[in-house]
Amino acid sequence: MKIQEADAKSLLLAHGLPVPPWELARSPAEVRAAAERFFAAGAARVVVKAQVLVGGRGKAGGVKLAGSADEAEAVGAAILGMEIKGITVRKVLVAEAAEIVREYYLGAILDRASRRIVVMASAEGGVEIEEVARTNPGAIHRLATHPFLGLQPWQARQLAYAVGLGGHVRDFVRIAGGLVATMRDRDADLVEVNPLAVVRGAPGPAGQATDQLVCLDAKITLDDSALSRHPDLEAMRDLDEEDPVDVEARSLGINYIHLDGSIGCMVNGAGLAMTTMDLVKRAGGEPANFLDIGGGAKAERVAAAMRLILADPKVQAILVNIFGGITRGDEVAHGLIEARSRQSREVPMVVRIVGTNAEEAARLLREARFETAASLDEAAATAVAIAAGGAMGGAA
Amino acid sequence: MSILVGRETRLLVQGITGREGEFHSRQSLEYGTRIVAGVTPGKGGRRALDGRVPVFDTVADAVAATGANASVIYVPAPGAPDAVMEAAEAGIATIVCITEGIPALDMLTAVEVARDRGATLIGPNCPGATSPGSQAKVGIIPASIHRPGGVGVVSRSGTLTYEAVQAMTDAGIGQSTCVGIGGDPIIGTTFTEILRLFHDDPETEAIVLIGEIGGAAEEEAAAFAAEHLRGTPMAAFIAGRTAPSGRRMGHAGAIISGGSGTAADKIAALEAAGIRVAGSPTELPRLLRESGYRG
Repeated sequence: MKIQEADAKSLLLAHGLPVPPWELARSPAEVRAAAERFFAAGAARVVVKAQVLVGGRGKAGGVKLAGSADEAEAVGAAILGMEIKGITVRKVLVAEAAEIVREYYLGAILDRASRRIVVMASAEGGVEIEEVARTNPGAIHRLATHPFLGLQPWQARQLAYAVGLGGHVRDFVRIAGGLVATMRDRDADLVEVNPLAVVRGAPGPAGQATDQLVCLDAKITLDDSALSRHPDLEAMRDLDEEDPVDVEARSLGINYIHLDGSIGCMVNGAGLAMTTMDLVKRAGGEPANFLDIGGGAKAERVAAAMRLILADPKVQAILVNIFGGITRGDEVAHGLIEARSRQSREVPMVVRIVGTNAEEAARLLREARFETAASLDEAAATAVAIAAGGAMGGAA
Repeated sequence: MSILVGRETRLLVQGITGREGEFHSRQSLEYGTRIVAGVTPGKGGRRALDGRVPVFDTVADAVAATGANASVIYVPAPGAPDAVMEAAEAGIATIVCITEGIPALDMLTAVEVARDRGATLIGPNCPGATSPGSQAKVGIIPASIHRPGGVGVVSRSGTLTYEAVQAMTDAGIGQSTCVGIGGDPIIGTTFTEILRLFHDDPETEAIVLIGEIGGAAEEEAAAFAAEHLRGTPMAAFIAGRTAPSGRRMGHAGAIISGGSGTAADKIAALEAAGIRVAGSPTELPRLLRESGYRG
């Protein structure tokens, strides 16, 4: 689960990391009020940042500077309500615009290959790390942490010197340690500070520069499998950015992802569900969704899955593909028969059930006059043909 | 003859008295698997599966009394990493963790303990392993789809594996061992490690690899195959050609992030290694034949 920048910053702050103060605002008037407080505290400029869970908000115009309260209000009005990659901006973060001396990247990820938490740092901060990985992979320094010991100070020092932050080594060690601690304590997959920045502080008594290392942005992705033991983090789920159907599916224990096509898919198992989508595409159609009913699904869950699929008005045909193992074919057949009797609209369906109790399923489906298919390829081709025929029939 | 599980397997079931553990253990017994013990803390001294299997409180007790050398774990997610570590510390050589939904950071610790003790951990979130020729079935893969033979099958998925294996069996192509390595980001054993085992197994004459989007394990496997398996007939399938970026497709590990982990990348890597990639699981038997498999 992704969480918003402001929530990610509050988690970093809780681990003692240097995060400059911010305020959240949901209207231009709130942006103005927040900006006025920063200006009163001595800020020369403020930054207004869209709070959305998609990347590239800067490029999309979702991050802007303002030198006055009027300007902040106007910038807030422009950003609030704008769409970034299909997501409407409903809130913005307001903070003092720091005077940045230099930007760095610091991140902790769960590395599949080494099965370690890997800390990555780069002097190429402020741009997407994937971009750096493509164009200048040598600029990214990585260190694997031991699962029992965590990040050791010497490792963090090594990274600090590698990216040229030797002058801030103590702060860097503390920040890198805090990043890994945040990851471990909150069960995160990813904790990223980009940019980690050297910013100019107020001059010291002798007029000397007082540069500081601070976290200007924060991105955290949480492990869905661990959310049940972090109720406080579950509360950070941003329902504004989720498709209501996805939310309903989750409450039913069904893995559902909405797509743009016309062929609804109902499958048991994630790999087979992806394969079913791929074969629909290969047969010339477009899948309307990814849907995994999970292992051992009973009739009620099948009926609920059918409701989710039918709620999508673009669905012209439904393809049911079940390879029974723990899941019993006859249970699925009962669920389909039940669902069809209460179905809100007529949508043709192709059903393929093999494996556990497939014969009983076939008998039930035959008696209820369902269209069935023997192989997965055949089922996909039939569903695509029906959807095409249905669309033509509708136009006639 | 097989890898991981075989005639020499003396299986211990952790969580044998639970609903899942009991159901699947019964199927394993019927298939011919030698189940020597079960473990459920607090139920030591009883017998499970109609009195056929003794139950112990701890893995150490079970190993001491029965010489168990493999374990399958049906313990729910909160206790599963602990069960893995208990098995590893008791000296179990092959540990298969079926459990889904284990927090990834818990697995980092469990994987490390298993490595440290020299145990091979398969999973979590996997269907297990079956060696049809030795009638050894550890996990939840349906028995009916198998046929003894010479093809090693390795997959990140469950039902998709059944689909592929069924297609092979229907085409008269049998399997040496079928292994589901699991759909989570942090798993005990990766494709490459299984390929190495197949490479060293005299009875495995050909290999089918079934991957999916997310991570780079298929690419690593392709590099290994290019170097060590040039003479071995192989075919592959990759699920998720149509998967959107940034969405977790059911399996915790099945996600395209930052443009990496796409099906296209994996297919390209496999093809560059000389491995043909099927457009549908049903094409795998034909590709195996065309790659030179005569079994």
